[in-house]
Amino acid sequence: MAESPIYRELGGTGRRYWKLLALLAVPLALGAVAYFYIEHYGHIVTGMDNQIVWGMPHVFAVFLVVAATGALNIAIAASVFGKTAYRPVAPLSALVSLALLAGGLAVLMLDLARSDRMIVAITRLNSQSLFALRVILYDGFMASVGIYLWFLLERRMNRYIKPAAILAFLWQLLLITGTGLEFGFNVGREVYDSVLYAPMFIAFSSAYGTAVFVLILFAVCGWEERPVSGELLRRLRNLLGIFVGASLFFAVLFLYSKYELARSREVARFLLFDGGVYTALLWLGQLAIGGIAPLALLLRAQASRAAVTAACVLVILGGLAQMYVTLIGGQAYPQILFPGMIESSSFFDGEIHPYTPSVPEVLLGLGGAGLTAAIVAVALRALALLPERLDPTAGPQA
Amino acid sequence: MNADANRGLGRRGFLAISAATLGGVMLAPGIRLIEIAAARAPEQAVSRRVRWGLLIDTNICTPGCDDCVKACATENGIKDTGRPRTDPQWIRKLELNDRRSGRTHSVPVMCQHCEHPPCVDVCPTGASFKRADGIVLVDKHICIGCRYCMMACPYKARSIVFEDVTDQNPDVPRGKGTAEGCTLCVHRVDRDRQPACVEACAKAGHNAMIFGDLNDPLSEIAQRVAKYASTQIRADLRLNPGVRYQGL
Repeated sequence: MAESPIYRELGGTGRRYWKLLALLAVPLALGAVAYFYIEHYGHIVTGMDNQIVWGMPHVFAVFLVVAATGALNIAIAASVFGKTAYRPVAPLSALVSLALLAGGLAVLMLDLARSDRMIVAITRLNSQSLFALRVILYDGFMASVGIYLWFLLERRMNRYIKPAAILAFLWQLLLITGTGLEFGFNVGREVYDSVLYAPMFIAFSSAYGTAVFVLILFAVCGWEERPVSGELLRRLRNLLGIFVGASLFFAVLFLYSKYELARSREVARFLLFDGGVYTALLWLGQLAIGGIAPLALLLRAQASRAAVTAACVLVILGGLAQMYVTLIGGQAYPQILFPGMIESSSFFDGEIHPYTPSVPEVLLGLGGAGLTAAIVAVALRALALLPERLDPTAGPQA
Repeated sequence: MNADANRGLGRRGFLAISAATLGGVMLAPGIRLIEIAAARAPEQAVSRRVRWGLLIDTNICTPGCDDCVKACATENGIKDTGRPRTDPQWIRKLELNDRRSGRTHSVPVMCQHCEHPPCVDVCPTGASFKRADGIVLVDKHICIGCRYCMMACPYKARSIVFEDVTDQNPDVPRGKGTAEGCTLCVHRVDRDRQPACVEACAKAGHNAMIFGDLNDPLSEIAQRVAKYASTQIRADLRLNPGVRYQGL
C-alpha cells in the first residue's frame, strides 16, 4: 500500500496571498454594489420585465448550483466507487462543491425581488413546491457534503467515510434531478416540458463541475508548484471527456425529441434555426465551444495540462451559453395559449421577447462566482485539504 | 356551631364560587367562539360548495374593445407608466387569427383560476394560494418575489410590480417586488358584487362576460355551460380553469 500523502494548507508569502484575496474582493464588492443598487431601485433597473422574469443572475446562479453537484463527482468516485487515484483530491472536490453551491445560492437569494424577506423564504416552506423542496435539498446537500468532508479530514472518523459519501452521493443525485425537473415539469413553456431535463442536467452538472474542479486544482498546483502526476491528469482528462460526451448526447437527444414531435417542432425550429442570439449561442456556444471543441482537445493522444485546462475553460463558457439558451431562450419564446392560432396582444403575446442584460445583473452573477473563489481561497489557506504532491512518489495510485 | 357552620359554608361556598368563576372564565370564550362560529361559519363566507367562474362569449366580444381592461385597471389601481414591458397586466385582449381558416377571435385573458393552479404548486412560501371558492390569489405579505409563479403559469397571467405603487385602492393592496394577477375582484365578490370587467362589459351593453357560481345549477353561468359548448384555454394541461370560453 502506498504511503499516505501529506496534506498542506495553501502557503506562499503573506503578501502574495493577500494580493489574491484583494483580487477576489473586487468581484465580491462589485456584486454587493450591484445587489444594493437593484434592491434600492427595484428590478426596473435590470433588463428583466414581465416577459423575461429570470435574467442574467439566474444564468450564473443555476450554472453555479448545477456545477456544485457535479464538482462532487471526483470525491464520489474516490469514496463510493473505490477509485483510489482520486482519494488525495477528494477533500478539494467536496470543498469546491460546497463553495459553488454557496456562490449560486447567494445569487439566487439576492436576486429575489423581495430579498428583504429572505427569512420568509427560509421559514415558510410550501411542501408542494419543487422550488421549496430544493431549499431542503440544498441544505441537506450542504450538510451531507460537510459531514463527508469532516470525516475525510478527521482521522478518527475515517472509517465512516464510505457511508457519509454514499449519503452525499444520493443527496447529490436528488438535488440535480430536482434542479433538472424544475424545468422539465414546467408544462407552460415550450422549451421546457420534457423529463429529459433530469438526465441532461446530471450530464451537464458532471461536465461543468468537473471542469471547475480541475481548473481550481490546476490553479492551486500552479500557484505552489505542487506536481500533478501524468496518471491523475490522464484520468481527469478521460473523466471530463466522458461527461462532455454525455452532455452532448443528451443535448442532441433533447433537441431531436423537440423537433421530432409535431407539437414542439416550432420551438425546436426556434432554438435550432430562427432564434437569433439563442440559435447562435446554442450552436456556437453550447455545442461547438462547450462540446465539440473540448472533446477534440480531450481526445488527443497526449494528455497535456494546457490542453485539459483549455478544455475546462471551453466547457465552462459553453455551460454559461447553455444556461443562457435554456433560461433566457426558454422565456423569450412566447407561451402558446391557443395552438394553431396567430396571437397578438398588448402584453406581447405571440412575440419573441427581447432581453438585454444590464450591467448590475452581470455584476451580481459574477459576485457569486467571486464568492465561490473566495471561499475556496480562504478554506485552502485555513485547512490542509490538498496534498503537497500529486505525483506517484506521494499519493496512492489505482 | 353557627360560627362553625358559617366557617364551613364559607370555605365550601368560596371553593364553589371559585370553581364556578374559573370554569366560567375558561368556558365563556369557547362558548362565545361557538356562538360566533354558529352565527357565521367561515364556510359560509368562502365555501367549497361555490366555484366562482367566468364565461366569455367570444362571438360577442369585439376586436378593439377594451372596456374590461380599462375597468380592471381603474378598479385595481394599475397605472400606465409608459413602460408596457414592465407594467403589470391583469387582463389583456388577445387577438387571434386561425392559421388555417383565417377566422379571427378577440378574447380577454386573465388569471384562469385553475382548480390545480401551477402557480400554487411552485410557490416556495405558499404566498400563491387558492381560496375554497376557487379564487387564486397572492398573499403580498409573504411573497418573496422569486417569480417562479410567473415561470409556471401557462396563461402568462401573473405580473410582478417593478416600480413603487402610489394612490392604491385600499381594497387592493399591491407592492413593489411582489407578484400579482387577477383576483376576480375578490373584494367585490365578497360583497355580492360582480368583478369590474364583467360589470363594465354589461354596462357597455356587450354582455360578453358572465360571472357566477359554476357549482350552482340554477346560476346563469352553470346553465350556459351545461347548454352550450365551452372551452378552457390549454385544456390539454388538465388544470380545470374556472374561466371558460364560448365560440372558440
